[in-house]
Amino acid sequence: MLVFLLRRLAQSVFVLIAMMVVVFFGVYMIGNPVDILISPDATPAEIEETMARFGFDQPVYIQFLKFVGNALQGDLGRSFVHGEPAVQLILSYMPATLELALLGLVFSVAIGVPLGVYAGYKADRWQGRAIMTGSIFGFSLPNFWVGMLLILIFAVELRWLPSTGRGETVAFLGMRLSIFSSDGLQYMLLPALTLALYKASLVTRLARAGTQEALMQDYVKFARAKGLSETRILFVHVLKNIMIPIITVLGLELGSMIAFAVVTETVFAWPGMGKLLIDSITTLDRPVIVAYLMLTVLIFIIINFAVDVIYTLLDPRVRVRGEGV
Amino acid sequence: MSVLDIRDLQTHFFTDAGVVKAVDGVSFSLAAGEVLGLVGESGSGKSVTGFSILRLVDPPGQVVGGQILFQGQDLAQLSNREMRSLRGNRIAMIFQDPMMTLNPVLRIETQMVEAVRAHERISHAAARDRAITTLAKVGIPSPAERLAAYPHQFSGGMRQRVAIAIALLNGPDLIVADEPTTALDVTIQSQILAEVQELARETGTALIWITHDLAVVAGLADKISVMYAGKIVESGPTGQVLRAPRHPYTAGLLGSIPGHGRRGERLTQIPGMAPNMARLPMGCAFAPRCALAGDLCRKTAPGVSDIGGGQGYRCHYPIATGEGVP
Amino acid sequence: MSADIQIPDENDPGRLWRLASRLSAIAVLAALLMLLSGTGLPPLMARFILLIGLIILAAVLLRGKYAKFFSGPAAYVATASLLVLVVLAIFAAELSPQNPYDLRQLDIMDGRQPPGSTNFDKTMTFHLGTDEQGRDILSGILYGLRVSLSVSLVATLMAMVIGVVVGIYAAWAGGRIEAILMRIVDFQLSFPSILVALMLMAAFGRGLDKIVIALIIVQWAYYARTVRGTALSETRKEYIDAARGLGLPAWRIVFGHLLPNCIPPLIVISTVQVANTIVLESSLSFLGVGVPITQPSLGLLIANGYGYMLSGQYWMSMYPGIALLAIVAAINMVGDRLRDTLNPRLSR
Repeated sequence: MLVFLLRRLAQSVFVLIAMMVVVFFGVYMIGNPVDILISPDATPAEIEETMARFGFDQPVYIQFLKFVGNALQGDLGRSFVHGEPAVQLILSYMPATLELALLGLVFSVAIGVPLGVYAGYKADRWQGRAIMTGSIFGFSLPNFWVGMLLILIFAVELRWLPSTGRGETVAFLGMRLSIFSSDGLQYMLLPALTLALYKASLVTRLARAGTQEALMQDYVKFARAKGLSETRILFVHVLKNIMIPIITVLGLELGSMIAFAVVTETVFAWPGMGKLLIDSITTLDRPVIVAYLMLTVLIFIIINFAVDVIYTLLDPRVRVRGEGV
Repeated sequence: MSVLDIRDLQTHFFTDAGVVKAVDGVSFSLAAGEVLGLVGESGSGKSVTGFSILRLVDPPGQVVGGQILFQGQDLAQLSNREMRSLRGNRIAMIFQDPMMTLNPVLRIETQMVEAVRAHERISHAAARDRAITTLAKVGIPSPAERLAAYPHQFSGGMRQRVAIAIALLNGPDLIVADEPTTALDVTIQSQILAEVQELARETGTALIWITHDLAVVAGLADKISVMYAGKIVESGPTGQVLRAPRHPYTAGLLGSIPGHGRRGERLTQIPGMAPNMARLPMGCAFAPRCALAGDLCRKTAPGVSDIGGGQGYRCHYPIATGEGVP
Repeated sequence: MSADIQIPDENDPGRLWRLASRLSAIAVLAALLMLLSGTGLPPLMARFILLIGLIILAAVLLRGKYAKFFSGPAAYVATASLLVLVVLAIFAAELSPQNPYDLRQLDIMDGRQPPGSTNFDKTMTFHLGTDEQGRDILSGILYGLRVSLSVSLVATLMAMVIGVVVGIYAAWAGGRIEAILMRIVDFQLSFPSILVALMLMAAFGRGLDKIVIALIIVQWAYYARTVRGTALSETRKEYIDAARGLGLPAWRIVFGHLLPNCIPPLIVISTVQVANTIVLESSLSFLGVGVPITQPSLGLLIANGYGYMLSGQYWMSMYPGIALLAIVAAINMVGDRLRDTLNPRLSR
């Protein structure tokens, strides 16, 4: 058990190192940031000074070693554009993305589970088929276009909700969050819904498959033999059984929610780390791109590791297999 | 008046391979407090008969004919809602595999209390009290504490006791028990048998005990119906049927039990395999495996011969009384 | 299974179909190459060859299973829409009222006209309006559809080839090679495709060739994992041992036995994957790191019109968006039917 966890930890560290190499060399190829940082009428002395400050005058491998050494201390350079330390900059943008992703997850469960359970219950009827066809549309709708459509309908035509931006924020544990103020929540509604739609289709399919499976079990027949209503059977007996796998999958999907937030944030001008990334790519703000990727990878590794550990604790079969290999 | 009166029940499965007549003209009746042993091989339609009574046959199965009169009321005429108010209340069922029948992610308390409150408007606390009493009745030690447990914290035998307790919760008039002891150890099997028998006698509940094992019902049932290929081939009072079986199939089943008082005698077995229900032969379904079968058996299916005393059989060439096992 | 039996048999009905499928596969690839490189046969002819080849391939794939595939109205609608959209994309140049990238045909005076308006000298009607440079949106959509479809189709095909080679090689080689290859696959698949693609495009810069490469890198691992799984279960079967025992060369076993068995799951995956790739490409283009401005895909068209949407000039992004949704939904629905048709285990 402990051996298994240690091995998983070692794997995670290895992934992190591999990512550092890939990220650094990948981003190094973007272009020459010196050209962007320095105005065309700068003196050669100024250019020299900037080159030295960012270490661009040294060979690539020295730059990389410097990068790794600094990264381990949480220092991934300063933003060329903002002049702030990149990690700090991203951390200040991160709460906005995290709250958006979390609300998106909540929405995807709230939409996907009831639909999926119902589709599984009516699997061979038109209702079930209609929901499944609808979920294909959920998969097919490109994120940014859904966002646009929602803005067009709810912000431009109906004027019910604000179109873009973040709205009022409330300080909570040192972070600025929108989720606790009603004004902020209004701003969050459309982007979170946009982000949720794809995952909601995924949850619908998972819930449907789980429901179909559960409905064939004896305990459902026994529940019927007890004279329970179909509603109670579906939303207590079946639902409780299918929620465990759904929550596991969603835990893993939190990472991809954060990644997909890049598109949604751009559409809604939501000031999260995804928007920051896109802005940094257009301005070739290399330290910020690197810091974003490293932090995202770190989040991913933590999520994957956590899910693995929880699974190991829950499922004895996984535990045995982990030790056997 | 009889609690249950089944007349010419037909339950068919409409599969891709054709129509399977899982239950094909089954009739029997049951008085209050009476125990019926419904015996047959797997696939003979005995479980489907049980599920038909509760109207819980899964698609593609469907009750297509006959009557199921429960206290004089035809169950087929009831709305789904009315049927649901009978299930678990007046008619209860116990399933075969106790590992599968309890929901693994719900506490025993939830599963028992909901069964009470589905039929009666009483408080959670009152329902819980009844659950504790019933658990104690089926022999679960310290029932109040055990209510908080999940099914996987119980052994197989204990789980089946919980399932039996759930069936007893609302004091039903009829319990359909579908091979409830098959999956259990022999010792626990006999304990549960004795307890259920006592409980049924105490409360006057009628009981249908479905099993493939004649030995199980021998000491339990008041009467026996033997099913083969969807039909009841022999029925009658337990003692009479066991002492003097008329149908060769019943005799074959008896011969294959290591019984008491026949020590030293050779065990016999029924040759051949259970029939393919989608393609039954023209005449008597048992004919291909029957030592006594003649040309008539292969051409026409035998009707019911009533020999009085509640005993009857479907056979052209029944075993004469007094004659031994063939 | 019988792909390696070379005995000619006039009475074998499958032989003709196999021949047809191979010929049309070659024709499709050749036509695609000619169209992409701009050499060889005249474009119109190559386009017809492409279309007919694709239809024959689809017919071969569904041979004997039409009833199962077309079980329900949704399957008809999806197949018909897909066919129409593919025809529109292939013949975009012939069907468009205007070549939107020929600057001589554009007039800035016609910019941002609503749907149904005509151009300055009343010679042409813009049925879906114009963009800020006076381009006809309908023509832009047809050309954009072509860019979106061909980019994702080419990327998916090439990723599939790479994935198949890696997957079969891993399953065949086993041991350390397999472990290393599969570790790489796992590593890549643990990150969402949009993140990987975004990073690659940030490194590469815009460009048709670059986005194709990025989309290949993003996808190959799916195929490698699937193919390796199928190939692994096939190599354990007895007929492979028998073939090895007969002394058949490795390439004969791989191409004659392993590959044909890996194809059906691949077709299902790749259909759905083309749709995913279209969405991914359009998202990247929307974010400004995808196709170049001179060859806009549907995603870039949507991004271009996005700025005007809040001022009520919806048509510039709305109609390209509908086209995008239509093509992706049609492919996904056909893919869904294909999965049910070709793989009975997964249905139900």
